[in-house]
Amino acid sequence: MKWISPWRLKKLGILGMNARNRDFIARYNSRSRYPLVDDKLKTKLLTEEYGLATPALRFVVSEQHAISHIEKQLYELDGFAVKPAKGSGGKGILVITGRRGDKFVKASGAEIDIEEIRRHMSNTLAGLYSLGGKPDVVIVEDLIEFDDIFEGYSYEGVPDIRVVVFKGYPVMAMLRLATHASDGKANLHQGAVGVGLDIATGRCLKAVQFGLGVSVHPDTKKPLNEIKVPDWRSMLVLAARCYEMTGLGYIGTDIVLDKSRGPQLLELNARPGLAIQVANGLGLLPRLRHIESLKAGLHKTPEARVDYVMKAFAEALPEDPAAGPAQKIA
Amino acid sequence: MTQSRVPFYLIVVSLVVAGLATAWARHVEMELPFWPGEQRPVWLVEARVDFQATGGQVLVSLDLPDNPPGFRLHTEHATSPGYGFSIIEERGDRRGEWSKRDASGPQTLYYKAQLIGGVPGTESLPGPEQNQSQDPGPTPKPKSLYWEEPQDTAASQLLSQALETSSSPESLTRELIKRLNNPTGDQNASLLIEEVGSRSLLLERLLNQADIPARQVMGLFLEDARRRQTLTPMVEAYNGEEWVLFNPQSGEQGVPENLVLWHRGGESLIDVTGGRNSGVSFSMIRQTVPAEELAIAQFSDSAFALLGVQQLPIEEQSMFKMLFLLPLGALVVVFMRIIVGLKTSGTFMPVLISLAFLQTSLLPGLISFVVVVSLGLMLRSYLSHLNLLLVSRIATLVVLVIFLISMLSLLGYQLGFSTGMTITFFPMIIIAWTIERMSILWEEEGAHEVVIQGGGSLLVAVMAYLLMQLPLANHLSFNFPELNLVILALIMLMGQYTGYKLSELRRFRAMALEQEAAAESGKS
Repeated sequence: MKWISPWRLKKLGILGMNARNRDFIARYNSRSRYPLVDDKLKTKLLTEEYGLATPALRFVVSEQHAISHIEKQLYELDGFAVKPAKGSGGKGILVITGRRGDKFVKASGAEIDIEEIRRHMSNTLAGLYSLGGKPDVVIVEDLIEFDDIFEGYSYEGVPDIRVVVFKGYPVMAMLRLATHASDGKANLHQGAVGVGLDIATGRCLKAVQFGLGVSVHPDTKKPLNEIKVPDWRSMLVLAARCYEMTGLGYIGTDIVLDKSRGPQLLELNARPGLAIQVANGLGLLPRLRHIESLKAGLHKTPEARVDYVMKAFAEALPEDPAAGPAQKIA
Repeated sequence: MTQSRVPFYLIVVSLVVAGLATAWARHVEMELPFWPGEQRPVWLVEARVDFQATGGQVLVSLDLPDNPPGFRLHTEHATSPGYGFSIIEERGDRRGEWSKRDASGPQTLYYKAQLIGGVPGTESLPGPEQNQSQDPGPTPKPKSLYWEEPQDTAASQLLSQALETSSSPESLTRELIKRLNNPTGDQNASLLIEEVGSRSLLLERLLNQADIPARQVMGLFLEDARRRQTLTPMVEAYNGEEWVLFNPQSGEQGVPENLVLWHRGGESLIDVTGGRNSGVSFSMIRQTVPAEELAIAQFSDSAFALLGVQQLPIEEQSMFKMLFLLPLGALVVVFMRIIVGLKTSGTFMPVLISLAFLQTSLLPGLISFVVVVSLGLMLRSYLSHLNLLLVSRIATLVVLVIFLISMLSLLGYQLGFSTGMTITFFPMIIIAWTIERMSILWEEEGAHEVVIQGGGSLLVAVMAYLLMQLPLANHLSFNFPELNLVILALIMLMGQYTGYKLSELRRFRAMALEQEAAAESGKS
């Protein structure tokens, strides 16, 4: 069978793009608050203001002429990430893990020289990576030293955790693991492995690559069902706090686990994708409707909301991450 | 659903109703056809006046048809060398007048008129307002007349017999015609016909005697490619509300479809001063004329015509022709993206490409677009080594694209393809941006995504093109621009669609399969 009937999809509770755009993003995300997440610099400053953990902002480049004398600032840093403030979908992010002589070493291990970083910054300023080609600014921030717990799970890239937060309640989470096929990027459609995580425990529910279930990491062959994200509750609390910070009802939060500093908020997304459903083997709709049905002000604090969902959305854990969570059928 | 959707659906419904109703009203009022290429029969009737000029001043006056029931005068003109011609309107009666200072010998004058047949609303009977425009008084009075003694008795007898078997002016007329058509059985009738000379004239007199206003009219039976036809005398009787036509030969009531009432009431059919042996004969041909053209020509001063763009200069018209097609293209894009879920590069770039296809026609357009974009991508990959700033890189690309297109056009011209020239219809800036976007897409997500998005754009463009080049679509969007309100309503409706996209039915299929498998294993 190549197609699935819309009635089946509906029964599975799959959230479609149109329903997401109209029933959730358009309804719960006020337009005026978009810049808070669309501009990573604003997110960053807001995050620091609210005291949420996030990689420290080193400096900002906002003028083309500043690029010519950038090396002094860069040579002071060991590892750093260069990002466009208005980029989307991970476009234009350059991760430098260290230096080898004059050259900078990228996350993939490739070496590049300062000229290439300059060109990258120049392109970013001109708006190459921004939505609609608007002029942009470059953010240079601290590199995450990601936790050893994911050693061997992410190939040539940073594993990050995407939590969809609806009205302040974390509703679904997945771990995104870069693969050789995804070229060190954590984008599912490029071939990254998505690992659905149980909201209650942070354990692996299901894993997919290119939409199909997998049991082991395609490059390192490590079994995926052993994954359990440590410090899970504080990660969910960090995600839940983004609701108070942005006022956006439906957001995707990207969180990374730093070896020494714990969960760090990397960025926010006001239009999170739907792949999280595939990674979890579960539809979002039942959970979203459940949250919608809750009385307003039932849980006042992020912690209370996290405790609530950890109870409400627990899934039976499967043996095989390729198969997904066991069906709750009689 | 927190907010009510009622206002939204009201808007949508009123848009649809407004669009369709305006289109329908314009269709009915202006006779704008809904289908392209619809033809209307038009009769070209030529009246030929022959007479012998006696030398000296000549004035010929011919009664001209005005609003004959079932027909509408489209164009008219007179050709008669050496004569002055003018149309004189007097109390709603139009007459053509030829004049010449000095003429002698046989003379021939022509009057040509194009009559549109099958005009609705006035099919068989002349409407009351038409009669009012023709008659000075509100109700016509029967003419008083005198009979010589023997005829007087015959007429009175004939009338009283007919009156006995009739109840209304119409039935009386029919009864009279019956008796006149069977003169052998009725001595009075045969006597009167002999005396008066013509049945129609006799009928007119008899009706007037019976206090029913009646008049003789002259009709022309239309038959394709007939020459030297004469007018057929007919009688119109006034039934108190309107004039009813009777054929005194057959007794037929009402105006037949192929009959033009050329001469109604008023004075004589033709008056010739300064000539003798005058006669009128008619020739006619059936022509077909595009209904659209007719409608525009006829109703240029109608209020409904204000909504059309046909009043504008041709140059603007052709611009509007494209402009009014755009919503259709937008509709295709909306459908393909919301319902089908096809990826395109740039939201409305496919519409712009398809507009370009409209100018170049599909295959040459498609080939030149792919060639220009692929060559552009090659140039762009070299540009990325030059390390230019984004804005200047795109500007460079624009200039290069212009060079590319000029070269392709010249090459095509040398090879004998005139289509090479039409490539210039592509919007350069948009092509340059497309190349830039695709190049970045290529670098970041690989060639696969470029093919998907580029292919999606082209597919949508081709579909929009196929829809927009339909003669029906062209015709409707240009002649009934108000139908775009319906398209607007459709677009708005689709904006409310929260169901799954067709592509999602594929995207999530694996999930369903796996859950099914899991459910199976769970059961067993």
